[in-house]
Amino acid sequence: MMYNKTIAELSAGLKAGDFSSVELTQTYLERINTLDEQLNSFITVTPERALEQAKEADVQRAAGHAGLLNGIPLAQKDIFCTKGVKTSCGSKMLDPFISPYDATTIMKFNDSGAVMLGKTNMDEFAMGSSNETSWYGPVKNPWNLDAVPGGSSGGSAAAVAARLTPAATGTDTGGSIRQPASFCGITGLKPTYGRVSRYGMIAFASSLDQAGPMTRTAEDAALMLNVMAGLDKRDSTSVDEAVPDYTAHLNDGIEGLKIGLPKEFFSEGLDDAVAKVIESAIKEYEKMGAVIKEISLPTSKLAVPTYYIIAPSECSSNLSRMDGVRYGYRCDDPKDLNDLYIRSRGEGFGPETKRRILVGTYALSEGFYDAYYVKAQKTRRLISNDFHQAFDEVDVIMGPAAPSTAFNIGELTDDPITMYLSDIYTIAVNLAGLPGMSIPAGFAKNMPVGLQLIGQHFAESKLLNVAHQFQKQTDWHLKLPESFK
Amino acid sequence: MSKLDKSDVEKIAFLARLGVDEQDIPEYVTNLSNILDMVEQLDSVDAEGIKPMAHPLDAVQRLRVDEVTEVDDRENLQAHAPETADGLYLVPKVIE
Repeated sequence: MMYNKTIAELSAGLKAGDFSSVELTQTYLERINTLDEQLNSFITVTPERALEQAKEADVQRAAGHAGLLNGIPLAQKDIFCTKGVKTSCGSKMLDPFISPYDATTIMKFNDSGAVMLGKTNMDEFAMGSSNETSWYGPVKNPWNLDAVPGGSSGGSAAAVAARLTPAATGTDTGGSIRQPASFCGITGLKPTYGRVSRYGMIAFASSLDQAGPMTRTAEDAALMLNVMAGLDKRDSTSVDEAVPDYTAHLNDGIEGLKIGLPKEFFSEGLDDAVAKVIESAIKEYEKMGAVIKEISLPTSKLAVPTYYIIAPSECSSNLSRMDGVRYGYRCDDPKDLNDLYIRSRGEGFGPETKRRILVGTYALSEGFYDAYYVKAQKTRRLISNDFHQAFDEVDVIMGPAAPSTAFNIGELTDDPITMYLSDIYTIAVNLAGLPGMSIPAGFAKNMPVGLQLIGQHFAESKLLNVAHQFQKQTDWHLKLPESFK
Repeated sequence: MSKLDKSDVEKIAFLARLGVDEQDIPEYVTNLSNILDMVEQLDSVDAEGIKPMAHPLDAVQRLRVDEVTEVDDRENLQAHAPETADGLYLVPKVIE
């Protein structure tokens, strides 16, 4: 089945002339058309644009100018500005916003010859862990339509898992690529902070946000990252670090690899069935010759409170640009300037976004800044130091990506704090700016479980290698939800 | 770090120029107080002498040559505004 192939397989098929990009694109557009009603994973589908891009990709290939992802259909999270296409960020505030420019990531995919199928659903402004805060309604998990797909990149995760697209982009501020990848049984990579440009990616928390690939396999993630990574003069936080070929070391052996298991990631709060799956995945690595070592990340228990100061503070500052004046939603008949700001923002933002703006505004307000924001930044350094110490002894760190499998829609909406705890194992990685992955490791109660891999700064090649070796020994990443066959 | 009350939430909402429905305020009071309770865990940390971490790689702002690199794109950008006239953004009258 064409729709069940990876990017690597599709690229080979296009190259061999087995099918054209137009045929491939039509296949996925048809699947979206017939199957997405059940999932709500897309906010906008762009069939005309996709077929135009596919036609152009076929022309380029025939002329011998095939780019790295020539002819490959992809879905883009609706957080990336896309010229001439609605870029809503999951919010009523930006529902009227047709972006006047392309994000750097979009430009890079365009230059690589990739085809954009559409824009995927997400939690409003990427604030959420279940995709339930989207103004466009929740996304369903293809493994169980009563369950959430995770968030905030829930639309991308569900679309890849249901084979509505071979791959998609996501962004990860506190776990928004890895947690939905875990819940939907796909591969997700959050690169090192600064590895991928944030230009044109609507900002949530600028010192944490990072874009990455959401794919079926580690090999596909490497192919995507080859296009996405690199310095961008338009993003002052992007890093001037050489971009390797991320596929080059996929097949390296991992005998003697030192894997650290943080004891804090296997303590209370972790679902027993999830723990079992993770333990058997670790055993698989032992069979491949890896050496397991227990480590400790003592300050990581404070990652969630640290994050819930830093992220809301930065969001309250970033979202102040949504003021009803230059773009986006504006209230009817404002009576004065304050009324215009207050009502446009009050009517345009949903409850979770408001909650975070309020927390952040409070934390940054006069008299509280040192007690909250500065204290959180200091704790952040301690959390980061723990990781660096651990990496003196081990090559990669592993553990669960999330404490449970996907919960049900509506189960945690009245309980924000418990919802926040679903990112308990991913948040520390963002605070330290490290690369992290989630890969399919098995099932608990018929729902997918993700194994998290964490590496040192710029160790994406190592993580992809370690993930690829696991995928050569196991078939969890090949599983397809029954109703999407 | 004391918990918040209704007037605190109203004050913060005004600082953020964020409309909050009267009926939703009690829920925000509870939610925000719970979040601040959780954050109190940070009191247990001895961070004396620790340098605050603003960038995970401790990078500093990159500078570039002070040259014009962007073109004037006013018309394109203003096409997305709710209300403009003569190249200006319009808002309700500020000065009588």
